[in-house]
Amino acid sequence: MKEMIQKSFERTRLRREIWEKSMVVVLFLCAIFVLFILFNILWHLIVQGISSLNLDFFTHLPKAVGESGGGMANAIVGTFVLLILAVCVGVPMGLGAGIYLSEFAHQGFAQTVRFMTDVMNGIPSIVFGIFAYTICVMPMKTFSAISGGLALGLMMIPMITRTSEQFIKMVPNQLREAGLALGIPQWRVILDIVLPTAIGGIMTGIMVALARVAGETAPLLFTAFGNRYYAHSLTQPIAALPLQVFDYAISPFDDWHRQAWAGAVVLIGMVFLINIWAQYFVASRNRWMSGK
Amino acid sequence: MNLKGSIKVNSLNFYYGAHHALKNISIIVEPGQIVAMIGPSGCGKSTLLRLFNRMNDLIPSSRVEGEILIDGVNIYDKNMDVVSLRRRVGMVFQKSTPFPKSIYDNIAYGLKIVGIKDRRILAETVERSLKRAALWDEVKDHLGKSAMSLSGGQQQRLCIARAIAVSPEIILMDEPCSALDPIATARIEELMGTLKDEYTIVIVTHNMQQAARVSDKTAFLMHGQIIEFTKTTDFFTKPSNKITEDYITGRFG
Amino acid sequence: MLRENITELKHLLIQDAGLVEDMISRSMRGLLEKNPDMLYEVVKHQEPRVNAYDRSIDEMCVQTIAQFEPVAKDLRLVVMIIKMNKDLERMADHAVNISESGLYLIANPFLGSYDDLRFMGDNTVSMLKDAINAFVNEDVKLAQAICDRDNIVDEAGDKILKNLTEVMRAKKDIVPRALALMRIAHNLERIADLSTNISEEVVYIVEGRDIKHHKSERHE
Repeated sequence: MKEMIQKSFERTRLRREIWEKSMVVVLFLCAIFVLFILFNILWHLIVQGISSLNLDFFTHLPKAVGESGGGMANAIVGTFVLLILAVCVGVPMGLGAGIYLSEFAHQGFAQTVRFMTDVMNGIPSIVFGIFAYTICVMPMKTFSAISGGLALGLMMIPMITRTSEQFIKMVPNQLREAGLALGIPQWRVILDIVLPTAIGGIMTGIMVALARVAGETAPLLFTAFGNRYYAHSLTQPIAALPLQVFDYAISPFDDWHRQAWAGAVVLIGMVFLINIWAQYFVASRNRWMSGK
Repeated sequence: MNLKGSIKVNSLNFYYGAHHALKNISIIVEPGQIVAMIGPSGCGKSTLLRLFNRMNDLIPSSRVEGEILIDGVNIYDKNMDVVSLRRRVGMVFQKSTPFPKSIYDNIAYGLKIVGIKDRRILAETVERSLKRAALWDEVKDHLGKSAMSLSGGQQQRLCIARAIAVSPEIILMDEPCSALDPIATARIEELMGTLKDEYTIVIVTHNMQQAARVSDKTAFLMHGQIIEFTKTTDFFTKPSNKITEDYITGRFG
Repeated sequence: MLRENITELKHLLIQDAGLVEDMISRSMRGLLEKNPDMLYEVVKHQEPRVNAYDRSIDEMCVQTIAQFEPVAKDLRLVVMIIKMNKDLERMADHAVNISESGLYLIANPFLGSYDDLRFMGDNTVSMLKDAINAFVNEDVKLAQAICDRDNIVDEAGDKILKNLTEVMRAKKDIVPRALALMRIAHNLERIADLSTNISEEVVYIVEGRDIKHHKSERHE
């Protein structure tokens, strides 16, 4: 019996080793493929858009239709404004809900809300646009930065809720009890102890959400609407990079096509920079925490 | 000598929903004593400890019958202010629980929150508490560093200092050394010995030997009941109850 | 904590040993100086005090082991203190025996020279004294030297025995007195043996080395 088992191990050794090695190679190829796609996109964007990426692009408004030159300064500023508005809407609501779910909610209610956030996450982005249009654009009777920010902010909520709930839940319960045992009121425990402990994860969640909505075009189509000039108030239509990229990409002008590519590069660059800043923030906090 | 910090438990019953977790408990802890509570897992020793500062308030569907008098006042009285109770009855946990703040702020936090803003008082209290917890010499040059950067044993002493800072009468310890190595454990035990002239200490421990080393009196709990509560030297040399004897000699549990 | 407990234990044992040493030298002096009061003091007052020490040291050892689970040198110390305590208690009993025999001898006509007995007594007391010093100072060399001095006492005892045997052959009526004297010599011998035990125990405390029952190892 023992010998038979031993022998079958020896017999199959070669086959097992081949499988083992080949599977690792397959997985490696998958990883390479992912990188290949990413770099391919970036490469494509840069090659196509590089000629338009100059100082003018960042500092000038678009030229009149058909003229070449000009820039997307309005859209860059607009995207920043929209993202700030989105953060103002999405972070307090998302984080607040996340805190409630992890700290206070009963099991059943939390389950329900969790399910709802998943559903909300799956709602097509244009629906958020329609929603913002209904509750903001229609009553105000104008497209506006506010409505665009609202649409993007609403999209961020489910993502932020889920991630912040998860990360707040990971804070050890004894830490809360330690706060309460010192006679600290619960809301201060959450604010001063629980949130700072989970801040790294929460920030990451916010960044991921922000990166996702930064590139959204559909919800802005009938909220922020776009603007070929700077918007002078939040109640005016405002430009946004994805909108402008979309506009230019479907135009018949070669120069605008090039500018559309450049706009896409800038958009990716912006998201990338925000992410790096957040990573740096989290990392330096972690460094301080661990005492290095 | 502080004569405050007595605990008197009068025919106490505690329920989690339908589960009768503590049955007819009556014990008296004198001020300045170290009382150890031992017993198999799930015997209710931690539950009893947590009743002393009403940490059980957080558990829905729990119910307390009977009374716990601290310095003669029933802490389950309707008028009892839980926050001020917890200030008088500090707690140290199994896992060290430094807040995500600097060493200084970890200790000053409990004071700041009740509105003490005078920097001099804060600084003095931080220093005194850290000295009392035998941690001052190790951290005095980097009070601004994160409390998380300390070693496990140092973190636990920081938690003791933090509890001391709000000047409690009683310190509850829930297995304070179970995550520490023997040397850090010895330091905490030594510290307990020096603290008992000022504070009443109740410690729950899985480590029978620790109970023997540090405590004046030992309570043995099983199935939610006090089986034996007596002087530690007697407890470990001539227990009066057969169940106690079987437990401490390792015949079961 | 453990340190304080051990310090106190040592302290108690040293006090006990000092008392026992005093009992032995007092019982010898009482006999030699024909002073019955000194002998009564040993029997009536000092012996109960040793018994009290015996009990409290025993109890404290048990408590120390139960509370602190001493290991290594601490463990050796506590276990040896239990033994030394027993040794000292036995010595105290021997001192009482000497005193009782002494009282008998004082009450009866003088038997002759006590020079050999005096020599034996002095040596025995000095052995105990040194054994205590060896314990206090953890002095292994001194402890080992004491073990060798046991022979001197034994030989002195044999000499007394031999002399008395001859005397008893000659005169029948002195047999009870001679036996009392022999008893004293025998008790001194036992005390010397117990001092040797203490010395061996000191070596075990300090070095963890057991030198009992095999003389060749004593000087390793």
